[in-house]
Amino acid sequence: MIALIDYGAGNLTSVRKGFHAAGAELMTPAVPADLERASGIVVPGVGNFGATRALAGDWMDAIRRAVARGVPLFGICLGMQWLFEGSDEAPDVPGLGAMAGHCTRLPQTGGIKVPHVGWNSLHRPRDSRLLGGIGEATQVYFTHSYAAPVTPEAAATCAHGDSFAAAVERDHIFGVQFHPEKSSDAGIRILRNFVAAAR
Amino acid sequence: MLSKRLIACLDVRNGCVVKGVNFESLREAGDPAALAKRYNIEGIDEVVVLDVTATIEGRRAFEDTIRAVSRELFIPLTVGGGIRSEADAAAAIDAGADKVGVNSAALADPRLLTRLAARYGSQAVVVAIDAKREGGRFRVFARSGSTSTDRDAVEWAVEAESRGAGEVLLTSIDRDGTRAGFDCELTSAVSSAVSIPVIASGGAGTFDHFSEVFTAGLADAALAASVFHFSEHAVADLKRHLREHGIPVRC
Repeated sequence: MIALIDYGAGNLTSVRKGFHAAGAELMTPAVPADLERASGIVVPGVGNFGATRALAGDWMDAIRRAVARGVPLFGICLGMQWLFEGSDEAPDVPGLGAMAGHCTRLPQTGGIKVPHVGWNSLHRPRDSRLLGGIGEATQVYFTHSYAAPVTPEAAATCAHGDSFAAAVERDHIFGVQFHPEKSSDAGIRILRNFVAAAR
Repeated sequence: MLSKRLIACLDVRNGCVVKGVNFESLREAGDPAALAKRYNIEGIDEVVVLDVTATIEGRRAFEDTIRAVSRELFIPLTVGGGIRSEADAAAAIDAGADKVGVNSAALADPRLLTRLAARYGSQAVVVAIDAKREGGRFRVFARSGSTSTDRDAVEWAVEAESRGAGEVLLTSIDRDGTRAGFDCELTSAVSSAVSIPVIASGGAGTFDHFSEVFTAGLADAALAASVFHFSEHAVADLKRHLREHGIPVRC
């Protein structure tokens, strides 16, 4: 059972529909204790980093315990930023801290528009389970103003003014800054890869 | 590199796609879900669905349309037309919209943009601006182009950005449905005044119109209806044309 965390900041309909196309039905846990039965956890999210405040406390603890048991974790967009230590967008709200680093606002120089909205190409510096079958320069759909830094955990990078982490992966912790559920066939392939990891 | 986006617009009335000229004389162009499915396969980058009647009795039927369209799409879907309140936006998003386009209601109460951005994030809030040339300026019109306002399109776009809009959907009323080309002056004036993406709309007729609006018009995305509805290979052919002109588009 793959759990989709509903903390009031995600387009759950789209994420659920995307996973349905990838062959998995997601359930939304009512309480953190429900995560004890999860074989995978998806943290979606759009909007302001401050919204992840709703995850602090019991949800964060339950997610940490599940990850320690080896349950795969997948953060999408804001959910990926939450995997890091925090974000300038809401400095008083701590992230999960599973990935080292801090999210910052994309630079708005030289005619670069922020938010970064639209289809942009992925650079793949290394192999990745999550991005299996996704070729160099594959285009995916982004919509965000803040981004995570490029660290050794970056499974893919993208450039919009500066380079940022478009996907991260360490052991069974995964994240994507773009929206796989809105990235056509490539996106569904990525969701399928996570479903396989969560089996 | 960020691609320029091609957006197909479905104007929906009573559950059917229609297309007008200068916001009037509508004719039918097919089933919304069937068209959305075709566009998804053809490689369109995004879909906008507009409720062009937006009567109270039509609202519920329109939500069914959104649901049917979103089932066919794994690309972004924007819904507009008759979004007057947070409740209307919530209904559209629950039905499967990723973004909502707000027009007349934002003109009447610009704080609506801020409230929607606080709830869904700026990336979900598109300010739709309908503008008409008037003595060297661009006047904003409300209520599907029927009501003149005191606002200037460039100034309103700047204000809308500061209030929380994440994108501008900019329609030239003069060019809408004419196939005479986008209003590149209008588009570049707005695009250079704001830092958020601008979607050009109104007037698409030939492939050259798209390359013009992406270069001279400084548009981040271009929206069209008839060009895509009535021709089968339009999306792929248009993308090839744009690539040949050095404009980055999604493969």
